[in-house]
Amino acid sequence: MLITCPYCGPRDVIEFTYQGDGNRERPQPASQNLDDWNAYVYDRLNPAGDHNEIWQHSGGCRAHLRVVRNTVTHEILSTEFAHGGHKSAGHKAGSRS
Amino acid sequence: MSPRRTETGGRVDRLRTIRFTFDGAPYTGHAGDTLASALLANGVTLFGRSFKYHRPRGLLSAGVEEPNALVTVLRGEVREPNVAATMVEIYDGLVAVSQNRMPSLAWDINAINQLGGKILSAGFYYKTFMGPVIGPLKGTRFWMFCEHFIRRAAGLGKAGTAPDPARYERMNAFCDVLVIGSGPAGLMAAKAAADQGARVILADLDAHFGGSANWSGETIDDMPAADWAQRMVGQLEGNDNVRLLPRTTVWGYYDGNTLAALERVTDHKEVAAKGEPRQRYWAIRAGTVVLATGAFERPLVFPGNDRPGVMLAHAAERYANEYGVLPGQRIALFTNNDSAYRSAVALKKAGAAVVAIIDVRSDVTGDMRRLASEAEAELLTGHAVIATEGGKALSGLKVQRFDVVSGALSGDGRSIHADCLLMSGGWSPTIHLASQAGAKAEWDPARQAFLPPKPTQRWIGAGAFTGSFSTAEAIAEGRAAGLAAAGGTSAPAALPVVEAAPGDPDPAPVFEIRAKGKSFVDFQHDVTAEDVRLAHREGFVSVEHLKRYTTLGMATDQGKNSNVPGLAIMAEALGKPIPEVGTTRFRPPYTAVSIGSLAAERFGDLKPERLTPMHDWHLANGATMYSAGLWYRPMIYGLAGETVEQAYVREAKATRESAGIVDVSTLGKIAVQGPDAAELLDRVYTNMFSTLAVGKARYGLMLREDGFAFDDGTTWRLGEQDFLMTTTTANAGKVMQHLEYFLDVIWPELKVTVTSVTDEWAGAAIGGPNARAILAACVKGTAVDNATLPFMGIVHGEIAGVPVMICRLSFSGEMAFEVYSGAGYGTRVWEALIEAGKPFGLVTYGLEALGTMRIEKGHVTGAEIDGRTTARDLHLDWMLSKKKPFIGSAMMDREGLIASDRLQLVGLIALDNRPLNGGGHIVEELDEANPHGSLGHITACCYSPALGKYIALALVKGGKARHGTRAFVSDPLRDRFGPVEIVSNHFYDPDGSRMHG
Repeated sequence: MLITCPYCGPRDVIEFTYQGDGNRERPQPASQNLDDWNAYVYDRLNPAGDHNEIWQHSGGCRAHLRVVRNTVTHEILSTEFAHGGHKSAGHKAGSRS
Repeated sequence: MSPRRTETGGRVDRLRTIRFTFDGAPYTGHAGDTLASALLANGVTLFGRSFKYHRPRGLLSAGVEEPNALVTVLRGEVREPNVAATMVEIYDGLVAVSQNRMPSLAWDINAINQLGGKILSAGFYYKTFMGPVIGPLKGTRFWMFCEHFIRRAAGLGKAGTAPDPARYERMNAFCDVLVIGSGPAGLMAAKAAADQGARVILADLDAHFGGSANWSGETIDDMPAADWAQRMVGQLEGNDNVRLLPRTTVWGYYDGNTLAALERVTDHKEVAAKGEPRQRYWAIRAGTVVLATGAFERPLVFPGNDRPGVMLAHAAERYANEYGVLPGQRIALFTNNDSAYRSAVALKKAGAAVVAIIDVRSDVTGDMRRLASEAEAELLTGHAVIATEGGKALSGLKVQRFDVVSGALSGDGRSIHADCLLMSGGWSPTIHLASQAGAKAEWDPARQAFLPPKPTQRWIGAGAFTGSFSTAEAIAEGRAAGLAAAGGTSAPAALPVVEAAPGDPDPAPVFEIRAKGKSFVDFQHDVTAEDVRLAHREGFVSVEHLKRYTTLGMATDQGKNSNVPGLAIMAEALGKPIPEVGTTRFRPPYTAVSIGSLAAERFGDLKPERLTPMHDWHLANGATMYSAGLWYRPMIYGLAGETVEQAYVREAKATRESAGIVDVSTLGKIAVQGPDAAELLDRVYTNMFSTLAVGKARYGLMLREDGFAFDDGTTWRLGEQDFLMTTTTANAGKVMQHLEYFLDVIWPELKVTVTSVTDEWAGAAIGGPNARAILAACVKGTAVDNATLPFMGIVHGEIAGVPVMICRLSFSGEMAFEVYSGAGYGTRVWEALIEAGKPFGLVTYGLEALGTMRIEKGHVTGAEIDGRTTARDLHLDWMLSKKKPFIGSAMMDREGLIASDRLQLVGLIALDNRPLNGGGHIVEELDEANPHGSLGHITACCYSPALGKYIALALVKGGKARHGTRAFVSDPLRDRFGPVEIVSNHFYDPDGSRMHG
């Protein structure tokens, strides 16, 4: 499997570490809603098809990437920086790009 | 009469004689021979004994699909078993032996198994050896008794035990177009793609490129096909953008068009050239793959179809045309399709007598009649072979009238005298790699074969692989595939002109002749047609179950011959058409792959060793080293005659009495810098760091998102926006990744960078009542008194001319200081501290004494922060800030995480004054015969010189409420039982007066 890191280019999957389901939404830090926290910490989508995932280029630039991968064909449909390409102060914690 | 070498013909070098041995007997062959062709040329027809029944077996094929002729090749002490003789190129000094026979191939004692055929049918093991013991001869216990004998009698070659001295290599390769298979289709594809300027790799599992062109006897562009292939290869060789890989089996097709291949670099050589590996593993990333892998001829299933002398029709043609070997001198053919007629003519031309062509079809075309008469063969249409005759070699066969529609036999049997029977049951495209790459194959009722699925990855098929069995089609498809793969659009010139025998590619749908006797479907695993039907009668309807129950297709050949006939027989038994029965997916590897090639250069101890800057000093000064994760750390600095316990007790005692020094360079160190550094620390630590003054350090605890404890350590504020975080040695990498994740994914708005600086700093912790005096004696540029350097304070100074950073913090419970310097000067600073400590009797101490003093203090490490404990379980709830949210704050108060009966950290004192062991269980009532009722377990233990007792830390259910009570340690594995007292984990100096001092 090849993942195209926006910074380093196409690299073998052995350079990357899977960092979990990219659909999770972290509740606001002060939130006391346990259902939200429970969903964030434990609930995972497991689709047969396109899946939004977080991968870290741990053996390269160490950036986290948002990867859309088909879990059936293993085709990588898109990759982008998890932080949306720039670190803006307006980025909402836990928001989906 | 027997097989023999022809006078002329073939593509072997008749001027070069090669000597080798088989089962100890010397033979000769020619350069270009395989072990199979050379032995056949010497009249050898018996190559092996079958898996289960030990029936004599000869060559079925001439290629990679060979199920019978498996041999063991010996090279010095190294034996490689289960190699197909058809794939072994002979070299001077080759030593090969047959397998699965005792005492010899000709006289095999286990051939008696043939008489037990009814018992050894499908499911023999399940029926005989599974389930409860009923009487003396059944059940698992019976299996254990029989296993030794059965394992000896059944099976394949024996693996060697000698270490493999060969060298293996791994290569990564990239190309625009990977062409697999070098028959006419593959050659055309490679040429077309190369002409477009694409980077091309052409791989073929055979030694010589050309595929069927090497033996088809056809003419391409007015020259023999084999010469045409040579010319094509010559043109490819001249191209810089083409890499030719002969003897290279592409065995795996993985995601992202990554393919795995095995190149047999020197297996065919007597001596490898300098620097050559035995085999080379290729990981090939291809833009587009051209699959030109050809097709396999299928055997027909009829009684006695496994007798030596019965072989595939094209294989005989190949032996004659490519190797100049006749597999027999009176040859009969048995077919359900046209392709065998060409074989008949080829063998006639090579000098054999073709006595008969037996065709199941009631009539054949005029073209076929013409070919039959050209071969001077009697044509028996509407007939079938119902038996073969002979012992270890074929002497004749029996035929009977056959109705192709009903499958019924009729009329009187007739005997035909022959020493070789060729069979052709149609052709199956070699779709293995396409199947590995994705979707299921599709059944083509005309071809009676599974054709490749629609591509799910970037591959294009060409030639027989797609079901186009003629060379003219292969050439056209090959060029089109090569052009398309290279993205070319240029109008092609005229295609090479092929002259070939005529023939219809569609066979009659006949797979089996049902007559009395054993008819083999899977030759290598001895699965008969009757076994398949038995499996059906016993209720196995799914093809996957059938496969496992009968072991059909599960041998080393992976069903290359047996897959389709097996399915067809199953389909007939089920009364269903073949596509509804389905086929199994092919999995990698296509052929056996040596483990050595997969490991390549990566063998031995692969862990990197991490050494602290003072490592050599430790070795030179009597340290016994201990591996902690990847790190090497001193365990003890033992004196002559000391036990480990004596050494660490001495070291800990001396530290508490005067002073000790320990290397702490392994602690994880992360620079956390930026305007939002303090904010980040407030979010990741349970306690507050934004309130920490510059020049001070604080002990911090991190939780995971789920509220469990994650890691602890001190973090030093070196500047307003500059922190140095320390982590436990084991979690350094995990904490780094944790911070990076939150900064990159969750809080990208925070302006912070984190940098791993573990290897930049050398660290020495010096502790004990005289520690301050020792520092005062050697530190310049700063005072170290209580006012300048209070508890948790940080100062900068110099030791031996080296800038150092000193933080007063304590793990040992004594007044202690951590001295950090640049890693390159670590030993210099360390030696200066040792020198300054001499008047005070400073000792060096290792991990054991470090652990002892931390147990005495009740500090936690990874043994207690084990992923299942909470801050409260470890009595660290005082660190949980109520003023701010932090990672884990929302989840840490869940019902199950605050229950009072959770495992909590306690101290234990052994009341019987004997050592305790990590992992030992704590129980309320001692029952040595029937240990039960565990309350928890010991996490760390030592002899405490401060208390004069054997003590331990433990996680015990509701432990806090048990202080002062008595319990027992129950450790049946080490036979350690005895009374303990449960106490607070703070054994020693609980109010911390010594370190604050």
